[in-house]
Amino acid sequence: MNLIGVGSVGIISIMTLFIGAVTSVQFAYQLQGNLIPMWYIGIIVRDSLMLELAPTLSALLLAGKVGSNISSELGTMRISEQIDAMKIMGVNTTSYLIGPKVLASVLVMPLLIVFGVSFGIFGGLLVALGGTSGFTATEYIRGLQDPIKDFDTIVMFIKSVSFAFIITSISAYQGFHTTGGVVGVGKASTRAVVYSSIVVIIADFLIAALLL
Amino acid sequence: MIQVKDLNKSFNGNEVLKRINITMNEGKCNLIIGKSGAGKTVLIKCMVGLFEPTEGQILYDGRDFVTMSEKERKQIRLEMGMLFQGNALFDSMTVEDNVRFPLEMFTSMTKKEKQERVDEVLSRVNLKGAHKKFPSEISGGMMKRVGIARAIVQKPRYLFCDEPNSGLDPITSIVIDELIQEITQDLNITTVINTHDMNSVMGIGDKVIYIHEGEVHWEGSGKEVMTSKEIELNNFVFASKFWKTIKEDQK
Repeated sequence: MNLIGVGSVGIISIMTLFIGAVTSVQFAYQLQGNLIPMWYIGIIVRDSLMLELAPTLSALLLAGKVGSNISSELGTMRISEQIDAMKIMGVNTTSYLIGPKVLASVLVMPLLIVFGVSFGIFGGLLVALGGTSGFTATEYIRGLQDPIKDFDTIVMFIKSVSFAFIITSISAYQGFHTTGGVVGVGKASTRAVVYSSIVVIIADFLIAALLL
Repeated sequence: MIQVKDLNKSFNGNEVLKRINITMNEGKCNLIIGKSGAGKTVLIKCMVGLFEPTEGQILYDGRDFVTMSEKERKQIRLEMGMLFQGNALFDSMTVEDNVRFPLEMFTSMTKKEKQERVDEVLSRVNLKGAHKKFPSEISGGMMKRVGIARAIVQKPRYLFCDEPNSGLDPITSIVIDELIQEITQDLNITTVINTHDMNSVMGIGDKVIYIHEGEVHWEGSGKEVMTSKEIELNNFVFASKFWKTIKEDQK
């Protein structure tokens, strides 16, 4: 839980801060000269972060960071016979080694995403305070005060939990079934990141298509 | 006692073990020797359940390990200890945590009882003072001792050692061999050792089983190896000039 959660707060914060900032700058550029009021930027940044940017981009980032870590850890345990040692002792290796990782990520990922959305919104506010993108902090905050739909929050949490499960289960599977020595650990780690990322993107589309 | 009866093991149609029939007695060091690729590791992995035999029986004091349920296997596994070739110590745990691990998983001992047992086995393998060290901070010989300590912490009835001397200097090899022999005799357990080391064969081989191309080619004691007329065995055992000279001297 420490590796997946606390250990990822820094990188998620940096990423979402800039994503929020970039989103606000780009929408301010798009809205200039239109009839749409600039305070809409606050709503757009917040809802984009909640529904898509924070869960999906964080999941892709975590697929690289946590997925490769889980896969290489289990892969190393496999090739150094540590998993065999546990099996001979009578340990249920799947539930002992994989279960806690999946559970921890499913519990922690929603918290990380909430954290990420907050930082993203803050990133947009910093742009507004900078005063060079054509909208003011007052306008931005006016947009943020627009009521949040409960369903958007639910979709955000559904995505967070689904992506967490996908990343940890695919990475753990790849690591657990590593063969071929040290080279195999590297290959398993690469497969974990690639497969997790692809499945996250597909799941993102399916969740959006089914729920929104 | 462990009995292996008519054991076959194939991988994708390639027969690695062919009708293996052996009996390993308690209180004895039973050595499996043979060339690389002869099937020794596959045999030991079948015996501990890491590979499923294609056919045959593996009897632990009459209990057939191959046909029993996973629940029954778990019970037998509690009676097994294994020392791996690469030690298979858990990197993230200290020496004492490695040794304590089976106790944490499978016993209802109190914290104090567990610590006493850990201290006892670490002392038994002459590893006092290494409790708080991590595997990466100790030598190869010490790692073997930790592996042995972990294997015997639950007082097993069956001890498996896969190449216990690999990567060790000759003196440490002898120390590890003697330690395994002492433990085998003191605890009266059935010990199965997979080795290439001829010093082990001569030193602690109560029973030696020579495997050649997946078949048991010869059985006897370590001392009988010296006088055997079996050609394949002689080619294997006396491949080095050192042992060839010793045999000629004996003649």
